[in-house]
Amino acid sequence: MTAREQQGAPPDNGRHAASGDGSVRLDAPPRRERGTRVRRRRVRAAWLFLTPMLIVLAAVAGWPLMRTFWFSLTDASLSSLEGAQFIGLENYLVFDEGWYGIMADPLWWQSVWNTLYFALVSVSLEAVLGVIVALVLNAHFRGRTLVRAAMLIPWAIPTVVSAKIWAWMLNDQFGIINHLLMGLGLIAAPLSWTADASLSMWAVIMVDVWKATPFVALLVLAALQMLPGDCYEAAKVDGISPVKVFFRVTLPLITPALLVAVIFRALDALRVFDVIYVLTSNASSTMTMSIYARQQLVEFQDVGYGSAASTLLFMIIALVTVIYLYLGRRQLGGES
Amino acid sequence: MTLRRLQAILLKIGFWLLVGVLMLYAIFPFYYAVVTSLKPSSELFEVSYWVDSVDLSNYAAVLSQPAFLAAIRNSVVVAISVVAIALLLGLTAAWALGRVRFRGRTTVMILVLGVSMFPQVAVLSGLFEVIRTLDLYNSPGGLILSYTIFTLPFTVWILTTFMRQLPDELEEAAIVDGASPWVTLTKVFMPLLWPAMATTGLLAFIAAWNEFLFALTFTLTDSERTVPVAIALISGGSQYELPWGPIMAASVIVTVPLVILVVIFQRRIVSGLTAGAVKG
Repeated sequence: MTAREQQGAPPDNGRHAASGDGSVRLDAPPRRERGTRVRRRRVRAAWLFLTPMLIVLAAVAGWPLMRTFWFSLTDASLSSLEGAQFIGLENYLVFDEGWYGIMADPLWWQSVWNTLYFALVSVSLEAVLGVIVALVLNAHFRGRTLVRAAMLIPWAIPTVVSAKIWAWMLNDQFGIINHLLMGLGLIAAPLSWTADASLSMWAVIMVDVWKATPFVALLVLAALQMLPGDCYEAAKVDGISPVKVFFRVTLPLITPALLVAVIFRALDALRVFDVIYVLTSNASSTMTMSIYARQQLVEFQDVGYGSAASTLLFMIIALVTVIYLYLGRRQLGGES
Repeated sequence: MTLRRLQAILLKIGFWLLVGVLMLYAIFPFYYAVVTSLKPSSELFEVSYWVDSVDLSNYAAVLSQPAFLAAIRNSVVVAISVVAIALLLGLTAAWALGRVRFRGRTTVMILVLGVSMFPQVAVLSGLFEVIRTLDLYNSPGGLILSYTIFTLPFTVWILTTFMRQLPDELEEAAIVDGASPWVTLTKVFMPLLWPAMATTGLLAFIAAWNEFLFALTFTLTDSERTVPVAIALISGGSQYELPWGPIMAASVIVTVPLVILVVIFQRRIVSGLTAGAVKG
């Protein structure tokens, strides 16, 4: 133990001496001695301080995840978790005079497709709208603080509440949206936004875009405010059109921040649950992977099958995360 | 000359039009919820854009329901406990991750980031088992425990970012004086980190207040539900007769505190969000 710590210590000592200023060189040996001891104590304290957090995360994330993986290989049901029998990959796919299991369930594949469609469309719209909002908020005008505060309101409203508000606004008989569209002559008869299978996905996307755009806008705005002003001055003097400046200068510079926002949003969109559950419940036209998994788990009490669906969802999101971390690390490596 | 001025004026009009449209887009749904909540049920089914006369019967109806009051109480208890736990564990972890160089630090950081990207539904069955084993099913305790899965990672992440920005000299002075890490953390760093803790605490509070999936799954009875579940489950005689007035009143009641907090602390929230995301 001590040997390992001492092994770890020398390189740090070297760095300490190198980074320390010249004035304390006189008492260098005692300081080094003291540095190691203090350092060792600090590393021990660091692990001690990390332990509670690591224990809690293990209890609420690590262990439950392992159990979910295990349940996905059993025939567990909600009433008899303890009596679960190992059944291999039968929840995923099994041949018993025809294919059964999740992989053979058309509804699962539809919810995979729905999730991907929802994520792609809503995140793209949020990115475009978010950049527009950020550009507006970045301009200097009177009342900017007020507008920025107003933009935060959709983000602060609980998802369930915003879904309910939009459900009311989209109500087929008494909703204000139908009223407005009919008043403008855009539609002849009221649309049943949340019940019509061809419209409900768009209703859900509409609500998600409304709620999540402020998040993207804020991250982009933070990046915009760090941009150097001088190249804009130069572009102005040269009389280059603002549109060209945006695509040639601004957009490339804010791309890293926009990418981070998009990744965060994409991860959120892939696990979307609340907004869809409240707006359209378990309807198959908007069923996502999370809705599918929870329906199997809780409503049909089939923990084994539901866990298998959760596991597949986890794998998909883990893949996205790993790609992101890999790209992020490469980007960081490239910068330094 | 005049042409250019005309162009400038048009551009200005266009800009303000855009600002107006965006404002309307952001505010109108909530405004409409307020308008709806202030209408008596007889007027609910005529679309109108403003309130003619204030009628508080929907609020009276909602606030006289014991289940809704219980939901508010549960949400407050859960959210405040979650904030306290997340800040305590987050602060100690952030000191370790932000101020000490040790082997395995990057691994821990990646672990924390990984947990923050978990889909909640992936741990649903395992967490259900844990909560039932600890006898916390259908109680605020179960929700407090399970909410750490999404509040703790970003609390750690944001506090670590802020912790790193503090100058080294502060801590060196404390070390020379022989202060223990715990004393350094509570006496030197905590007073400086109050703004960051307020930000993270606020974000954790909002996240806990808004959570739906766990609250829906890990509670069973009306008396243990939280606000989002209570609102989602308000129902009328049939699917087609939802009591929209009371639903909107309940929505406004649980949202107004959040909106006020967000408007007051908007700068802090923005700095917290960007610290959590841009540097992550």
